[in-house]
Amino acid sequence: MIGRVVVVLTVLWCSPVMAVGVDEQTLPPTQEAVARSIMKELRCLVCQNQSIEDSDADLARDLRSIVRERVAAGDDEAGVKSYLTERYGDWILLQPPFNARMAVLWLAPFLIIGLAAFLLWRRARFKTGMPDMAPAPLTADEQAALDRLLDKDQRG
Amino acid sequence: MMIATFAPEIGHFALVLTLALALLQATLPLYGAARNNTALMALARPLAVTQVLFVAISFAALTIAYIVSDFSLTVVASNSHTAKPMLYKISGVWGNHEGSLLLWILILAVFGAAVALFGRMLPMPFRARALAVQAMITVGFLLFTLLTSNPFDRLDPAAVEGIGLNPLLQDPGLAFHPPFLYLGYVGFSIAFSFAIAALIEGKVDPAWARWVRPWTLMAWVFLTIGIALGSWWAYYELGWGGWWFWDPVENASFMPWLAGTALLHSAIVVEKRDSLKSWTILLAIITFSFSLLGTFLVRSGVLTSVHAFATDPARGVFILAFLIVVVGGSLALYAFRANSLTPGGLFEPISREGALILNNLLLSTAAVTVLIGTLYPLFLDVVTGEKGTVGPPYFNGVFIPLMAPLIAAMGIGPLLTWKRADLKAAFQRLIAVAIITVVVLLVLMIWIGGVSPLAALGFALGVWLVAASIGEWMIRVGVRDGAGLWGRIRRLPRAHWGMTLAHLGLGVFVLGVAGVGAWEDERLAVMKVGESQTISGYTFTLTDVKPVPGPNYTALQGVFTVTDNAKQIAILRPESRTYVNPPMATTEAAIYPMALRDLYAVIGESAAPGAWSVRLYIKPLQGWLWIGVLIMALGGVVSLTDRRYRIGAPQRRSMIKDPTPSAQPVASE
Amino acid sequence: MPVRFFIPLLAFLSIAIALGVGLFLKPAEVPSALVGKAAPEFQLPALDNQVKGLSRDDLAKGQVTIVNFFASWCAPCRVEHPQLIALRDAGYAVHAVVHKDTPKNARQFLDKLGNPFQLIGTDNDGRVSIDWGVYGVPETFIIDGNGNIIYRHVGAIMPDDLTEKILPFLAKVQS
Repeated sequence: MIGRVVVVLTVLWCSPVMAVGVDEQTLPPTQEAVARSIMKELRCLVCQNQSIEDSDADLARDLRSIVRERVAAGDDEAGVKSYLTERYGDWILLQPPFNARMAVLWLAPFLIIGLAAFLLWRRARFKTGMPDMAPAPLTADEQAALDRLLDKDQRG
Repeated sequence: MMIATFAPEIGHFALVLTLALALLQATLPLYGAARNNTALMALARPLAVTQVLFVAISFAALTIAYIVSDFSLTVVASNSHTAKPMLYKISGVWGNHEGSLLLWILILAVFGAAVALFGRMLPMPFRARALAVQAMITVGFLLFTLLTSNPFDRLDPAAVEGIGLNPLLQDPGLAFHPPFLYLGYVGFSIAFSFAIAALIEGKVDPAWARWVRPWTLMAWVFLTIGIALGSWWAYYELGWGGWWFWDPVENASFMPWLAGTALLHSAIVVEKRDSLKSWTILLAIITFSFSLLGTFLVRSGVLTSVHAFATDPARGVFILAFLIVVVGGSLALYAFRANSLTPGGLFEPISREGALILNNLLLSTAAVTVLIGTLYPLFLDVVTGEKGTVGPPYFNGVFIPLMAPLIAAMGIGPLLTWKRADLKAAFQRLIAVAIITVVVLLVLMIWIGGVSPLAALGFALGVWLVAASIGEWMIRVGVRDGAGLWGRIRRLPRAHWGMTLAHLGLGVFVLGVAGVGAWEDERLAVMKVGESQTISGYTFTLTDVKPVPGPNYTALQGVFTVTDNAKQIAILRPESRTYVNPPMATTEAAIYPMALRDLYAVIGESAAPGAWSVRLYIKPLQGWLWIGVLIMALGGVVSLTDRRYRIGAPQRRSMIKDPTPSAQPVASE
Repeated sequence: MPVRFFIPLLAFLSIAIALGVGLFLKPAEVPSALVGKAAPEFQLPALDNQVKGLSRDDLAKGQVTIVNFFASWCAPCRVEHPQLIALRDAGYAVHAVVHKDTPKNARQFLDKLGNPFQLIGTDNDGRVSIDWGVYGVPETFIIDGNGNIIYRHVGAIMPDDLTEKILPFLAKVQS
């Protein structure tokens, strides 16, 4: 039961409703645009898969106001991000810095399709050029029957 | 009243009885088929039909408990509330883990019974085996429900009042989203059972493809609608106008859709050319495995998601074990038996078969990509202990290069002939389409200008696909061949109409995606009553803000008058609602859909005395996105009505007359 | 049997193994960027005149301390409260930061459930909590005698967490 209470509360934290709410003063348009683009790249830590821009969680609101504050104070994107990673780690960045591990992820689909295409090509190579009416390979039963016949022939 | 009091016990009992029936159905017909015992095989049908009856009783019992607000049931107390409107009391039945499992089982039973009743033309051993496999899945889900997630568990002492349903879920779109999704997921279980039965028999032929097609198509239509409903709900309910977030739970429904779409296409090759058989069987297994995996991801707590159900490791362990038995078992069976499926007709790379293989290659890679992206954080955590996440930039970055060639090829594929085709000739027949595409693109660039290369690609692909689908249809019915056109249109097979519509729908969808991506305009502002904001040429004036009462919430409603050049277009009434049980605030966006754009407004809380924070959007072509998906689903429905693919499919013997040489007793290698 | 027919099975098994391991990991528990680093500089006013406020200096006095972030409106905080009392009874210095709460409600909460805290600072705007990398209440930190953060617990401390994780960790640090 206690577990359930905790879960219910987590759900409430993460209500993914856009907060255009209380005490969110926006900045002058150019600075606001910068702030918004930074917000889109920061994780709402409570909800994990949402950006702080998308989240109504309390923490997301606080983080939004921090982003606006830093931008208003003249911080650039890197400055705001490093301010937050000092406190929350790289986890707060929705898109982590590109490294070897991420490269594996990005390349995987193209490796898969390349491999599949190669296998297809290899299998297709001895099919193309064949006349259309080429017979299909034997079924297991037919092969067994043929083996028996051949076997008989050899012995006979 | 008596019935309501004991309904939970009746429901629980019915569920246990179902388990007994399912156990019988999972074993006896299978044994009967192996021993050629007709009596045992014949048991499958009455068992499947009786089963659905008992699950229905069980489901009805749970529904009654919700309707009468029986808070002595744990699930009802944690998810319902007396003040909730009746629609949401009922949709609350499946708005939680336990109830949604029961819905899953109900649908599984309904599909099983449908195969039993309408699959009269299936050979008896095949039907017996397929129904036995179907029952094995039912057994697994029943055990899972009864052992770890029993919806009929009593709460002692009973609660006086329920906690209520998450207000975000109190919404008509979401009330019907899970049933459709499950109809899709579970519908693929039929393709799965048929594939396993075929593997046991070691025989896949065009008749098999015809049997499996209507079920797969039906599942695909349901899943398409289910995903669209979920996406639509996110669009209007979450209040920032997004429609797809690549969230793990969304991905869980998208993977079976991609695999199922591939399956629909590869089954055509099996049917027409008796080829690609072991691959199609594998796809049938994989499609349903993705459905099961989706269930695992949502309910086990392995991945974090906004939408996930309450999680419990015991449940996770159970589903994983179930997954290993079902998916691992069937893939092992596949590994040992696939070789016994005889390869069929040969073909050149440039041919209808070749185009369908390209489709399969791209769709399967897309499905695997979604899988990898979704599970990557888990792999990273397991292998290195690091925390990482994969977000929209990855999925978008990988999806576009996969989907672009697919859509380009979709324009030409239907014009290629079987076995060997002339690509150049096919393209020449579409030269008008290519010209239209270029002209539309140029007009767009000049008229509107400043379109990003990505958006331009999107528009080009969308226009190309729409025009090519219509062009192919015109060629097929012979628009220029003069008299008798009406007759030719009427004679065009429904399956062909279905394909044309589905491809056309995708084209319209792509245009919607490109439009909203390229020209979306947004304004975040603090407004006082009487003030105006102009965005993309539309002036939004806040004329009033007033409180409005709701059945179980109170709301603050903003009234916006939208004008275009002083002409009034619409009045938008977004609300910011405060629910009491559970206490939670939601925003209800107001959307005014038009042919070329949606107007979208959200009102937040008071930012200063007499001033409100608002979000205003112009969403160009947003409606096309949903309409495109609906056309796709409609294509599936039309195709289902094709006489050749009715569920009471033809018998195998009559099918074997297919001219394709499938087995000749001559050595080839 | 051609090997290629086994590829799907092998792929699935490796996924299943990862899922199996994944079941026992907690994706929501993210390592703190601050564990192993000095606690951030801060100075918080006292909850009321019954206690003293909390600052960084209070955490660097040579003795292991525990800092708990809580609020009276937070239900999991209620759930973990007995465990904090148990920590105090075990002889540890437990301090608190009241997160976005009114002094009246926080005091009522402590009057009703007991007060395990020596020093109680109030963080009305949540800024100090953010400097500590707190996601939401409750969170609990263990600080060594030199003011360095050496352990972090996210969410309510359940009885199992206390006996299996926190007390053993404290015992190890003390020895």
